[in-house]
Amino acid sequence: MRVAVIVFPGSNCDRDVAEAIAQVTGKPPIMVWHRETTFFDVDLVILPGGFAYGDYLRPGAMAARSSVMRHVLDHAKAGGLVLGICNGFQVLTEIGLLPGALLPNAGMKFICKPVKLKVTRTSTPFTGSFTKGQYLDIPVAHHDGNYFAQKDELSRLEDNEQVVFRYENNPNGSINDIAGLSNVSGNVLGMMPHPERAMVHGKTRGDGYKLFNTLMETIR
Amino acid sequence: MKAIVHVQLKPGVLDPQGQAIAGALASLGYDEVTGARQGKVIELELSGTDHALARERVEAMCGQLLANMVIEQFSVEILD
Repeated sequence: MRVAVIVFPGSNCDRDVAEAIAQVTGKPPIMVWHRETTFFDVDLVILPGGFAYGDYLRPGAMAARSSVMRHVLDHAKAGGLVLGICNGFQVLTEIGLLPGALLPNAGMKFICKPVKLKVTRTSTPFTGSFTKGQYLDIPVAHHDGNYFAQKDELSRLEDNEQVVFRYENNPNGSINDIAGLSNVSGNVLGMMPHPERAMVHGKTRGDGYKLFNTLMETIR
Repeated sequence: MKAIVHVQLKPGVLDPQGQAIAGALASLGYDEVTGARQGKVIELELSGTDHALARERVEAMCGQLLANMVIEQFSVEILD
């Protein structure tokens, strides 16, 4: 599996996710600086967590307009896999690969804690090894994770079964408890929780590991 | 020329910052405050003198970057 991790000024989970990918695939990903203008031939592009451009204007707004994102758009439109984690999810909504937007948490607090997620879509390359209704333990760490979509958009994405993960106990006011969302075809996933922070669970493999491993098995 | 862009959350979109402001004002004794919505103002310095063209260009900027039309609305003022 060839993986690229896009690095923006202000990304801060890029190394964690690179380590996660290296653990699962045995090979470190390519780290791609946001100013890159040449094409990269990979199976999966990861937009990592952090505060790209200091969240100036809106979280993800500046990152979505950086030169490398044109390639990410082409990659996604050609059916390539894209995973946006936390700030990466915000970038995916800002660039229009996923519908809706992420607002400040309803409680106006930065939330950093483990949460329970319910898997609600398994027909994606990210979640194919899970079962519908299964619960995962993956932590969140965000200030702007309150997912919002206008009414008609929301009913469209629910009808298309684009919601991949829902919070068991909604921490941030997210509409319909949405924690992770895919595009219609399932090759683009945005999620607020951090799978790269759930690689181990006690002495066993964590649910984040399982997600990355699912991806690897799908691609191989 | 100058453009003043006001960006505001659309009605109905939860604004926790606005709510916090209203709550803080109420706690200071300003009982007449029944709600608050927080937005942002962006001032742009522009070259040229054509107001109509400037408005058209600034509205395009709002659609492309300055506002997120999923959650926000904007208004544009062009000044000399």
